[in-house]
Amino acid sequence: MSAAPSIEADTGDTQLVLRGVGKAFGDVVALRDVDLTINQGDFLSLLGPSGCGKSTALRLIAGLSAPSAGRLEWFGPPMGKTDVGFVFQEPTLMPWATVFDNVWLPLRLQGVGREAARDRIAAVLAQVNLTGFEDAVPRELSGGMKMRTSIARALVTRPRVLLMDEPFAALDEITRNQLNNDLLALWEKERFTVIFVTHSVFESVYLASRIVVMAAKPGRVFDQMTVDAPYPRDEAFRTSEGYAHVTRSASTMLRAAMGLDPVEDGHVVD
Amino acid sequence: MSSIEAPAPIQADALTEADAEELARRRQRRFEKIGRWALPLLIMVTAIWLWDRICVWNEIPHFILPRPGVVLQTLADDAGLLFSSLWVTLKITFLSLLLAVAGGVGLSVLFTQSKWVEMSFFPFAVILQVTPIVAIFPLINIYVENQTAKLLLCAWIVAFFPILSNTTLGLNSVDRNLIDLFKLNGATRWQTLWHLRLPAAMPYFLGGLKIAGGLALIGAVVAEFVAGSAGQSSGLASRIIEAGYRLNAPRLFAALILISFTGILIFLALSWLSNRILRRWHESALSREH
Repeated sequence: MSAAPSIEADTGDTQLVLRGVGKAFGDVVALRDVDLTINQGDFLSLLGPSGCGKSTALRLIAGLSAPSAGRLEWFGPPMGKTDVGFVFQEPTLMPWATVFDNVWLPLRLQGVGREAARDRIAAVLAQVNLTGFEDAVPRELSGGMKMRTSIARALVTRPRVLLMDEPFAALDEITRNQLNNDLLALWEKERFTVIFVTHSVFESVYLASRIVVMAAKPGRVFDQMTVDAPYPRDEAFRTSEGYAHVTRSASTMLRAAMGLDPVEDGHVVD
Repeated sequence: MSSIEAPAPIQADALTEADAEELARRRQRRFEKIGRWALPLLIMVTAIWLWDRICVWNEIPHFILPRPGVVLQTLADDAGLLFSSLWVTLKITFLSLLLAVAGGVGLSVLFTQSKWVEMSFFPFAVILQVTPIVAIFPLINIYVENQTAKLLLCAWIVAFFPILSNTTLGLNSVDRNLIDLFKLNGATRWQTLWHLRLPAAMPYFLGGLKIAGGLALIGAVVAEFVAGSAGQSSGLASRIIEAGYRLNAPRLFAALILISFTGILIFLALSWLSNRILRRWHESALSREH
């Protein structure tokens, strides 16, 4: 695969380019020949069936593991430790620590004291609607609130890139929709780059400005599409004609990536 | 089709039935609450009463089996001697427990910092643990001059292993994602240990501590027994040996009771401590009503 159409000329807002990135675990190829350009302020969704390497790609971008082939190129100011926020599928909170202490953690590891961090933590907790829960411990929170804490922790250092690995997959639909809306509001305000891994077509279309569909065996980029619907998007968008249209094309693309037939007319498959 | 009409009365019945069930459950809970302390107390009192009766009915001389009243009297009469001996045993117990905590936690931290260290030294810890302390003691008796050091070493060997193995397990039972998160934020090894591994290991450590508390007492007593037969110790165990030689059964029993109570107190204190530390976050310390 030579230069894929995804690699465009370096405009000013290119943030990250993956060039021929691959990752193998022993004999298992998790990811092969991934070429991808991510622009500053993108809301990129990595969509694909399980085993397509989307989580692996996210870990490579986070720097949690190194690619076995190809390279990642960052543009703009050099990326520091606090420039990437990561949200896992589980809330992954420290059960012995309060909400405040959990959110404080990334700052604390940079040597920021409790008092110095207080204002920033209050602000970020307000952003995720958790004001007043500073002293609760995780087991006293609902699943949605735990996830909000996790997001607050990822955002507390004002990262330039927010990486999310199926963050809302374990939540019920009502909570998931609410968190989708809150995440969109946050992103529109702060305009950090989001790379959002999911296996839900609906979530991809609702949130993302661009969808990258991945295929499995071996994990690779299959195709990508732009979601043209303007922001802000709200609940009205969920039931709109445009949403249904994009969902249908995304589903078709996903089914093609999985080697299945296209979606029949008027019948959308998740 | 008749079933369509039926639901309403059935539902009402179900409601009253559920209420009766709830009442029964509540009654059950109340009984359980009282029974939890009343039943063991009742059994205990009955056992002591039986002990007393057996002594009287069979006319057993008090140098073979003293009546409970006599034991209690001895406990009061010999209080000075017995409690000063208890103090000696307690000092050994707590000091060895303290050393076991320091050694166990220190060593397990060392183990988790390097797989090589763990692979090299863990077998030694196991050998130390599985060899009966009574069998090692003659050696310690030869090599260690100081009496207190001798006893401490014995009690320490017995007590430190549960702390070591439990804490090692705890330090390694950390959520992989949390470790990734620390890595992502550029945490140093020391920060990961202090902010993540040690708190995560806390429930395991406290479990080990509870076992080690009892073992430290046993270790101290056994060590005294072995040392005491050489006539050098002044702890409770040597009081027991001494009382045995003199056929002073009441004092023997009194000393025994003191040791048992000490063991119970140590266990209760450590359970309380563990509950206190974990009650907000760990499953083991949550009340069942939740």
